[in-house]
Amino acid sequence: MTQASLGESAVQKVVHAQQNNGVAASTTNTQPLWLLAEVTYRCPLHCAFCYNPTDYDKHTQNELSTEQWIQALRDARKLGAIQLGISGGEPLLRDDIEEIVVEAKKLGYYSNLITSGVGLTEKRIQAFKDGGLDHIQLSMHDISEEINNFITNTKTFELKKKVAAMIKNHGYPMVLNVVIHRYNIGHVKEILEMAEALGADYIELANTQYYGWSLVNRSQLMPTKEQVDEAEAITNAFRANPNNKMKIFFVVPDYFSDRPKKCMNGWGEVFMIVTANGDVLPCHSARVLPNMQFPNVRDNGLEYAWKESPAFNQYRGDDWMKEPCRSCSEKANDLGGCRCQAFLLTGDAETADPVCTKSPHHHLITQAIEDSKNPVLVSKPIVFRNDKNSKKVIAGEFDDRVAEFHSLP
Amino acid sequence: MEIVILHTDVYALSHHHRFQWEEAQQNYVILFPEGMVKLHGGAGEVIKRVDAKLTVGEVVEDLVKTFPDAPNIEAEIIGMFEMAVGKGWLRKV
Repeated sequence: MTQASLGESAVQKVVHAQQNNGVAASTTNTQPLWLLAEVTYRCPLHCAFCYNPTDYDKHTQNELSTEQWIQALRDARKLGAIQLGISGGEPLLRDDIEEIVVEAKKLGYYSNLITSGVGLTEKRIQAFKDGGLDHIQLSMHDISEEINNFITNTKTFELKKKVAAMIKNHGYPMVLNVVIHRYNIGHVKEILEMAEALGADYIELANTQYYGWSLVNRSQLMPTKEQVDEAEAITNAFRANPNNKMKIFFVVPDYFSDRPKKCMNGWGEVFMIVTANGDVLPCHSARVLPNMQFPNVRDNGLEYAWKESPAFNQYRGDDWMKEPCRSCSEKANDLGGCRCQAFLLTGDAETADPVCTKSPHHHLITQAIEDSKNPVLVSKPIVFRNDKNSKKVIAGEFDDRVAEFHSLP
Repeated sequence: MEIVILHTDVYALSHHHRFQWEEAQQNYVILFPEGMVKLHGGAGEVIKRVDAKLTVGEVVEDLVKTFPDAPNIEAEIIGMFEMAVGKGWLRKV
């Protein structure tokens, strides 16, 4: 044991997925510590802010088999994966999550089920507990039945409260995730009070980031700057009250921040997603990027995907950068922001994320913030995430909604 | 809130936290809902001994015996306990 081995220096790094929609790590370490298994794109909810691809309907018929998922878990573990997120879509629409959980436990993963709660029964949660599932993250939407049912386009409010109690009764930490948008941002105080009353241990207030369905619906969902500031102030006041035990993560929406996020903590650094059809991605929305062939577990396996595939190496490090990023003194802090956002908003995946005030395209963000005050734009109807709308996206029927973006998100 | 660690205190890993050796990283880690922390060797040696039975004093004694050449080890061990309690990785039993 050496002098440098204890105290603050003992912590080499803290990896936390609930900050900045990714995880922290040094740039020299490229182990896929976090594996996100998006086991299906099918979902009983139709949330207008879902980040899933708008053309997900293409990938609902060719899901990986149980055996293929188990093989992926084994291969990722060998590469160093340790945190496993089982997500979707709604993962509980598959009937083999129990088997996946057992295998995850056997391999030494810390496993997290990320669910809407729909399909969680006493029988299933008991099987998860027995199988060694470590944690369940439940999405909640609002304190009001009306908003919950509106934004998810389903009647799921009462069910979510029941599921929250079930999770608690089985000795799981209660971790709630609430996506924040224009329709619920005014209820942040009440949402926090509800979570505290339900006995939540953690709550993530995830301000909508604009990818997938949420980008299509951006003008509907985006709150004003004043609303975001107020929500953050309420959150800080709630945290300051010593009677409140719950841990709160407030994910700042990047549009309202002047520095870009270090997206996924670097492309291909610590995060790997295997999607329902087996595509392997370095981030949730990477498939929007042009001229990029993503590896698939059915072809070459995960070791090839992570270490050798051109897609995973494309934006590793900073060699790919253009000005103003290349000579920027802050480039190591944020790696130029998000490649998908850069492409969607400017048409160039290698330019600075427009969120950055140094980006020549920053006016696109200030314009969107300005437009959020404009009631004319928000009169467009919401496009809910459902199979019918996904088919319409594939057929090109919503092209007018995304004309200002450079790809269908 | 100031954290005071007494030699008679007994600690355990917090609920829903898991401590394990990671072969791929050659490191001990603490895992918790959607997060993890990687511990350098010395810190891992401390947490490894926290078992809801040994007192802080006994953990110190054992580490002094195991690492007789480490200078000022006791203060560092107490510092590690303070940090681990402060971060919520350990709970008092």
